[in-house]
Formats: sequence, structure tokens, C-alpha cells
Amino acid sequence: MARQATTREILFGPVFDNNPIALQILGICSALAVTSNLNTALVMAIALTAVTAFSNLFIAAIRNQIPSSIRMIVQMVIIASLVIVVDQILRAYAFTLAKQLSVFVGLIITNCIVMGRAEAYAMQNPPWASFVDGIGNGLGYSLMLVALGVVRELLGAGKLMGHEILPLVKDGGWYEPNGLLLLPPSAFFLIGLFIWALRAWKKEQQEPADFTLAPQVREEKA
Amino acid sequence: MSGNKESTARTLVVALIVSLVASIFVAGSAVILKPVQEENRLLDRQRGILAVAGVGAGLSSKEVQEIFAKRIQAELIDLSTGEKSEAHDPLSFDALKAAQDPETSAALPGKEDLAGIKRRERFSTVYRLVKEDGGGELEALILPVRGYGLWSTLHGFIAIKPDLNTVLGLGFYQHGETPGLGGEVDNPKWKGQWPGKTLFDESGKPNIEIVKGGVQPGGKDAAHQVDALAGATLTTNGVNRLLVFWLGEQGFGPYLARLRQEGI
Repeated sequence: MARQATTREILFGPVFDNNPIALQILGICSALAVTSNLNTALVMAIALTAVTAFSNLFIAAIRNQIPSSIRMIVQMVIIASLVIVVDQILRAYAFTLAKQLSVFVGLIITNCIVMGRAEAYAMQNPPWASFVDGIGNGLGYSLMLVALGVVRELLGAGKLMGHEILPLVKDGGWYEPNGLLLLPPSAFFLIGLFIWALRAWKKEQQEPADFTLAPQVREEKA
Repeated sequence: MSGNKESTARTLVVALIVSLVASIFVAGSAVILKPVQEENRLLDRQRGILAVAGVGAGLSSKEVQEIFAKRIQAELIDLSTGEKSEAHDPLSFDALKAAQDPETSAALPGKEDLAGIKRRERFSTVYRLVKEDGGGELEALILPVRGYGLWSTLHGFIAIKPDLNTVLGLGFYQHGETPGLGGEVDNPKWKGQWPGKTLFDESGKPNIEIVKGGVQPGGKDAAHQVDALAGATLTTNGVNRLLVFWLGEQGFGPYLARLRQEGI
């Protein structure tokens, strides 16, 4: 095997070099749904980071015991249990936020990032490295969610975490909010722009084109 | 032998142990966190009751509890007669639980079960919001309503002005409708249409309708109509039916009739 990756690389690799949303294009669904304000985006980011880290930890700890025929189901059981616990904690200590996040906390179970890291990393690596990998991927996801949350809440509602930053025209200020940013599709555009910026910066992330455009052909020649 | 990781026996044992540990973990956390969650639920309910009457927006938990204690008078009523009852403590009475128990509820025949709730409890708690000056004058009457939408039962409150006809507000504190479609029942803009609408016709029958295509301003029934939610026909139908149900004979009809006669 090649050189062992350091903890630092495992932790920060997924933030920019191998971002789960920007490069692997995983976890898009929740990134669209919960980022219309920064509060929910933050809570979701923390919840997902915790679930990914701990599911990786537990799965890695018993990875040598899991029979391959039922490994997916065992992973799902562990992930689902963790998600239920996170949901219960949110309901107990952040009730209003839990209500806003509604189904999306439960849907962390189906978030491809969690399952993907369990299958791709935790099944082959020791618990500590897997735990760090979980945190790292959670951070990559969090970075994206927080960035989206900031842009969408600031430009869409003129606020950050509920506090007014840009006074709105309807409240006597000067800022006319862009309502589109509060709707889920806007996150698509923002994620696209973010990926563009990231790949312009880190050229190795650019993918070779699947096909090349044929030269323009006039109708009469065809 | 079971030394082999892939053997059937080993697979079963691993599956069993993992399930057992996971279930203990989940059940444990649910039990430990339950008291805190219950408290939150109660607070959320109180907040919902105040919010539907336009009080309590943006208040802290403590302020909500204070206002609730000071300005809300809970009353237990017998739904079939409309009389006040002392059978239970109105604040701790759990209408949902009562509706499950054959002793304290009655099954609704299919035709009368507009709200799709199957059983209706015998007693229900109504909340009277009194004016801030402490004179005890009624500012709003808040009635709990519930009914089936598309996916879930919507639980909410309707606040009615002392004329017992004009809506002060409608809000749901719990539902599981599709976010973005039926879930828009929580949208402040939609909820903002309700205040000022009138619920009953001259004969005292519920007359409130959620209409498609927009309410004609100045139309004959404009005061009885509310614009439906786009893409959420079944949810809006559900909301409409549950209101007609709870305001009608099977719901708070007898109680409201009594109040009209005796005065609030």
C-alpha cells in the first residue's frame, strides 16, 4: 500500500480537495432544502457531521466481524440508530429548529455521504482514522451548507441567523430582497457557481469532457 | 464451524447483537430525553395557542409561560351539550388520548366524520384569552381543531373574536403535509388571509369555504371564502372540512350556540 495518509490529510482533504457536495455531488437534496436560512443549515451540518463521524467509528470498530452478506444492513442499522438519537436530542434541546428541519433530520439516514463513507472508508480502515474521515466529510458538507445558508439568507431575506443585516425596503430600509434565493432551486445555481469556482482554483478537479462538439455543419451540407 | 466469518450461524449472531445494541441505544435515548421533550411540546402548544390569537410572537419561553398563565383561562366543556364540565382538569386533559379511549369518546359514523378523525372525545378544552388590562373581558376564544389532510392529521387552533363569528387567526402546530405544498398551511401569507373572515351564516351554520382560483373581492361570499393553496388540493380540502366539522354540531356547535344565547 502507498504512504499512509496523515490525520490532517484525512480531516481536511474532504473540505476542498474532495468535497462531498462539490466533487462527489452527494447530499444535494438536503443542501437544497435546509439552506434557506443559516440556523437550519448549521444545525443540519452539525447533525450530519456527528452522524457520519460516529457511524464511521462504530462500523470501523466492528468491520472485521461484519459478514459481507449483511454488511449494508448492519451499516444501515447503525446509521439509522444514530439518526434517531440525533433527532431525539434535537427535539429535546432545539425544538423549534427540529420542527423546521422536520423530515430532513430523519432523511440523514438516506444521505449518500453517510452511507458512502461507511462503505468506502470505514469498512477498510481502523476506527480512529474512520472517525476523523467522518468529521472531515462532515466539514466538507458543512462548509457548503454554511456558504449556501449565508448567501441565501443574506441576499434572500437580508438577515443572518435571524438578525437584520441589510434593512429591507418594506421595513423602511434600502435592500430589495431576492425572493428566488429563498426557494430551493436557487441552491442549484449557487452550488453550480461554487463548483465552478472550486474547479477554476483546483484544476485537477476538472473532469475530461465525455465528448467533443463536432464542428458546425450547415444544413445544406448535411 | 462458526469460526468462519461468513457462516450462517455467525451472520445470525452478528445481526442479533447489532440489532440488540442498537435498540437499547435508541430506546435508552428516547426514554432519557422524554421529560425534556414533553416540556417542549407543552410550551409549543402554549405558544401555538397564543400565536393564533396574535399574541406572543417572538417572545421567550418564559414570557410565553407567563402570558399563558395570566391571560388564558382554560375551560373543559362537554362537546355534546356545550356545557362547562368539571370532570377533568382542563389544562392537563389530553383530548387526543381521550379520543382513543372508548370510555371517553364516541365513534363517528362515516358520513358525519368530515374531519376524518374516526373518534371524537366527549370533552374538550377551550381557551379564553382575556384582555391585558386584567378586567377579565374576553378578547378571543381559542378552539382546538384537528383533521386529516393528505398524509397526516393536522393539529391546530382557531381563534374567534368575541362576536363568535369573526376569525382572529388560524394556525396548525403539528402536521406532516408535504413541505412546500400542503406544508404551506404554515405560510404566514396564507394564514394572513384568515383574520376577518366570518365563519357562520345567519342561521348559525358553519359557512366557510376554501376556494380555488382566488376569492373575488367584493363578491357575495368573500367574507366566507379563503384562497386555496396551489398544489395542495387535498390538504386545503382537509382544512376546510375540519373547520366545518369542529364548528358544526359534532364539534363546538352546541358550545358556541350556548354562548350566543347566554352571552360570553
